[in-house]
Amino acid sequence: MSLHTLTIHQLRQKLRRGDISAREATQALLDRIQAVDGKLKAYLWLNAEDALAQADAIDRTGAARNGQLLGGVPIAIKDNLSVDGQPCTCASKILQGHTSVYDADVVHRLRDAGAILLGRTNMDEFAMGSSTENSSWGITHNPWDLDRIPGGSSGGSAAAVAADEAFAALGSDTGGSIRQPAAQCGCVGFKPTYGRVSRYGLVAFASSLDQIGPFTKDVTDCALMLRVLAGHDRHDSTSVPQAVPDYTAALGKDVKGLRVGLPKEFFIDGMDREVEAAVRSAIRKLEELGAEVVQISLPHTDYAVAVYYLIATAEASANLARFDGVRYGARVTGEDVIDMYGKTRGAGFGPEVKRRIILGTYALSAGYYDAYYLRAQKVRTLIRQDFEKAFEKCDVVVTPTSPEVAFRIGEKADDPLKMYLSDIFTISVNLAGICGVSLPCGFTSRPKLPIGLQILGRPFGEETVLRVAHAYEQVTDWHKEKPEVEG
Amino acid sequence: MAENTDSFDVSYVAHLARMHLTDAEKVKISAQLKDILTYVAKLNELDVSQVEPTAHATPLSNVLRQDEVEPSIDRDKVLRNAPEQARNLFIVPKIIE
Repeated sequence: MSLHTLTIHQLRQKLRRGDISAREATQALLDRIQAVDGKLKAYLWLNAEDALAQADAIDRTGAARNGQLLGGVPIAIKDNLSVDGQPCTCASKILQGHTSVYDADVVHRLRDAGAILLGRTNMDEFAMGSSTENSSWGITHNPWDLDRIPGGSSGGSAAAVAADEAFAALGSDTGGSIRQPAAQCGCVGFKPTYGRVSRYGLVAFASSLDQIGPFTKDVTDCALMLRVLAGHDRHDSTSVPQAVPDYTAALGKDVKGLRVGLPKEFFIDGMDREVEAAVRSAIRKLEELGAEVVQISLPHTDYAVAVYYLIATAEASANLARFDGVRYGARVTGEDVIDMYGKTRGAGFGPEVKRRIILGTYALSAGYYDAYYLRAQKVRTLIRQDFEKAFEKCDVVVTPTSPEVAFRIGEKADDPLKMYLSDIFTISVNLAGICGVSLPCGFTSRPKLPIGLQILGRPFGEETVLRVAHAYEQVTDWHKEKPEVEG
Repeated sequence: MAENTDSFDVSYVAHLARMHLTDAEKVKISAQLKDILTYVAKLNELDVSQVEPTAHATPLSNVLRQDEVEPSIDRDKVLRNAPEQARNLFIVPKIIE
């Protein structure tokens, strides 16, 4: 078996036994990337020499053999997370040539666990999008069908893991940007509870919604990654000082008697027929495993997209004010400083980012604040309360991750509202601040495209979500299917 | 919520955002935002007069720490990313005439 196809837990066994070195593991991925990334374009930046030097350092210290959680395991990083000394552009022209000057907290944790920071993955510019088509550096292709999008915004990370170009990758999820591409590419993607993982070193998009999480090949690896990433960090004031459980210990427990809630609002007209069939079949599987299915209602679901696009754009318009041509990135000179700001931002931001900055600025502007932003925050309360009430009746909520499978490149490019509505099942999770995973639960027949199952848990209920996901994964083989991408 | 989205003045909002838009961008963004504003007007269907707003979903508030001097990121390293810098400073166009 080729090394690049292994999961992290399989790779770790070989590394710990000394069967292979960190250098060999890294070289195997570099070879795979060399062979297939010309077609997929999942990576924006990679430095083989640097990655191998990190691997050699780990081999010298024996970190791979002394039981460190990720000793000798190369990990790919979304291009909005700081890795000291590596470029960080958020797939935006405005940050072209920018080099990070410190490690994000999650990157620091990966290094401490013995991981190798392999390279930077493609994304929608500033994480704004659902298809990775908004990258300033080109499109990433879905490994199952090169004419289709990989999902977004963390499309590069999802495609890299699905095509065995990475053992795992980091992404960020503001409205579904981990779970949706995981579903579209057929891998596991986890959005932790708001406050569970520090965002220090993540370029902020919408600060009340952003969370960092892992992409992995299976649920076991997901638990392992979460164990490394989670924990309190005083550099992020939203980081919750709560002990991190051993998530891997949640694996292998049965789901007998666990209550699985099905929100009636999520099984809507217009959902892809094969998606609905796959999700319903997954729910039957959970019932066979002893879970109890209960009907629940999340009555304000229909308002989530509207709330999200007011809150997320308002926060983005404030967060992206820092890109002004003074401290980093490109500068376009002007007649005076205000003109310089305007020209720099006009030239540096792409169309979707501009659209959202304009919407967000408008929603926050004098005379409109109460009507748009404040009202959206109030409806957000109703959405949050929907979940609180639902979790009195059930332990997890199960839904499709997305109403459809990966669409064709360019299909929705000119209709932003249609694109926004494709996030309908993931967005309310960020608004409520709860946690959730997407994992493979089937394929469409023709063409063969992956379908994602979303499992949601209470705030800090990561263990229960992982337990259900793992139990399902043990009785299915979807996660073992691989796309045929050859060089 | 403002029902009348015709009042949307993209040039004014672009000025507030300190972001130049071309005429073509203004036309396109105006049209698209009118659609989006019409869509978000559905929030008017709900009576939220008795609802408290949610600013974030963390159980924490007012996280404070001791104000202690600590090492920070190396100044030269930070300035290397600047479009223009000299003598340990960011250089910007003249602001006060």
